[in-house]
Amino acid sequence: MGNVYIQKFISYRHLLAELVKKGIKLKYRRSYLGILWSLIEPLLTMAVLTVVFTKLLGKDAKGLKIPFALYILIGRLMFTYFSTGTKTAMRSIRANGSMIKKVYVPKYLYPLSSTLYTYVIFIISLIDLFAVAIIMGVKPSLYMFQAIIPLILIFFLTFGIGMILATVDVFFRDVEYIWDVVSMLIMYTSAIFYTTRRFEGTFMINIFKFNPLYRLIECFRDSLSGQPLHPYGMLYAALSCMAVVLLGFFLFYKKQDNFILHI
Amino acid sequence: MGKTVLDVSHVGMKFNLSKEKVDNIKEYVIKMLKKELHYNEFWALKDVSFKVKQGDRLGILGLNGAGKSTLLKVISGVFKPTEGNVTIDGKIVPLLELGAGFDRQYTGGENIFLYGTVLGYSREFLKEKYEEIVEFSGLGDFIDVPIKNYSSGMKARLGFSIATIVDPEILILDEVLSVGDRRFKKKSLKKIKSMMASDVTVLFVSHNTDQIREICNKAILLEHGKLIAKGEVNEVCDYYEKLIDEEYDIDDLPKSLRKKIKRKQ
Repeated sequence: MGNVYIQKFISYRHLLAELVKKGIKLKYRRSYLGILWSLIEPLLTMAVLTVVFTKLLGKDAKGLKIPFALYILIGRLMFTYFSTGTKTAMRSIRANGSMIKKVYVPKYLYPLSSTLYTYVIFIISLIDLFAVAIIMGVKPSLYMFQAIIPLILIFFLTFGIGMILATVDVFFRDVEYIWDVVSMLIMYTSAIFYTTRRFEGTFMINIFKFNPLYRLIECFRDSLSGQPLHPYGMLYAALSCMAVVLLGFFLFYKKQDNFILHI
Repeated sequence: MGKTVLDVSHVGMKFNLSKEKVDNIKEYVIKMLKKELHYNEFWALKDVSFKVKQGDRLGILGLNGAGKSTLLKVISGVFKPTEGNVTIDGKIVPLLELGAGFDRQYTGGENIFLYGTVLGYSREFLKEKYEEIVEFSGLGDFIDVPIKNYSSGMKARLGFSIATIVDPEILILDEVLSVGDRRFKKKSLKKIKSMMASDVTVLFVSHNTDQIREICNKAILLEHGKLIAKGEVNEVCDYYEKLIDEEYDIDDLPKSLRKKIKRKQ
């Protein structure tokens, strides 16, 4: 059983590569700076957020283990990937409806290629992180290699949620609007441009801790500040990512034969 | 005789035609509470069975809405049948609605790689065949222009050129012989005929019985989603022509062709 699926996946790897390339190419077609925007844009928003929130947060913004600008940049890059990745995956089945109606292609390739191409852009934008870290004088340490773990997990989290959303979106368009609101909620519970310090000891902190994306962002920040990862937080993030991917595959697999009747 | 390359066994395809399209949660919940979620069940295909041997060229006849396109989509894997199953042995190339896998913003050249990989060819292979594809399509410099600026004939020509770059084992043709201008039509017909010379199995849908007689050796006839006749091409075509002229009723079907028919009176 499993073998057949793997063989099929291998035989469609060329198409997957082509779809990923198409996503990246078309995103920046007709813009002069092209893919450079994926480097410039995060830096500009980082600058704005840093200026605004350093004033607003006052002493909260100081005394962090990494410079506040870097703290914001990590949060913003990871959240942007999660948000654009889930959104493009959500729309991928409907967007490729005309193709799905006419030629047979394993359908999960569409959400997968969407999550992958946004991931490639996300990885490229990590160059910013290096640049800012060097400029800010962050000390290199071996702990930085831990950052690979949240980087891998965030892909699975995005892919899993993308599959769930893509499945639901075929049947109910409403989910596109609902997800906009939910993404905003996730953004505020991910502590991107503020710290959770003032919530320590209150019930609110549990809401942050419940959010796997917040855990992943924290893991990344810990790695860059040269600290070992919080084992419990890591485990929670990994388990919830796996659960989401399994649920995504399950739902998608159950419903995929009906997609064609609704697109 | 050759081996069976396509085995369609008891295939049924059911669609739920809801009277209005319900695609948002509010409507769905309201209708569910009011118990108004009615669907009209509609069988586009019902209990269709036939086998095709290697090298056979099967014509598929039927009036509009008989289920021909649905059948081809089930065979090519786009639809999953509600009942029964389809077994295929060999590489299948569907020449259905040419250019369906194209991206409008991509140029013709980029689409060669996109559509080519959809059909399962590798990038290296397509690179090798690129010149040949461009040449056959006769698009010349237009190959670097985004597809959205193409005419429908140009799109179809490019689609045809990509899909036929390899001799498939099973070729599905759905009225594609009417692609492009006269010159390209001639060229594509020649190409299809040369493919047929090489023991390829063909499924061909057309309303034109002359074309079917010319190309095929076997034929099936569908009506309202049911297979009502199968056999040698001339017999089935003769019957189909008479059926159209309404001289024949289904009960006059020659015994040799008759299949078990359960028809609503």
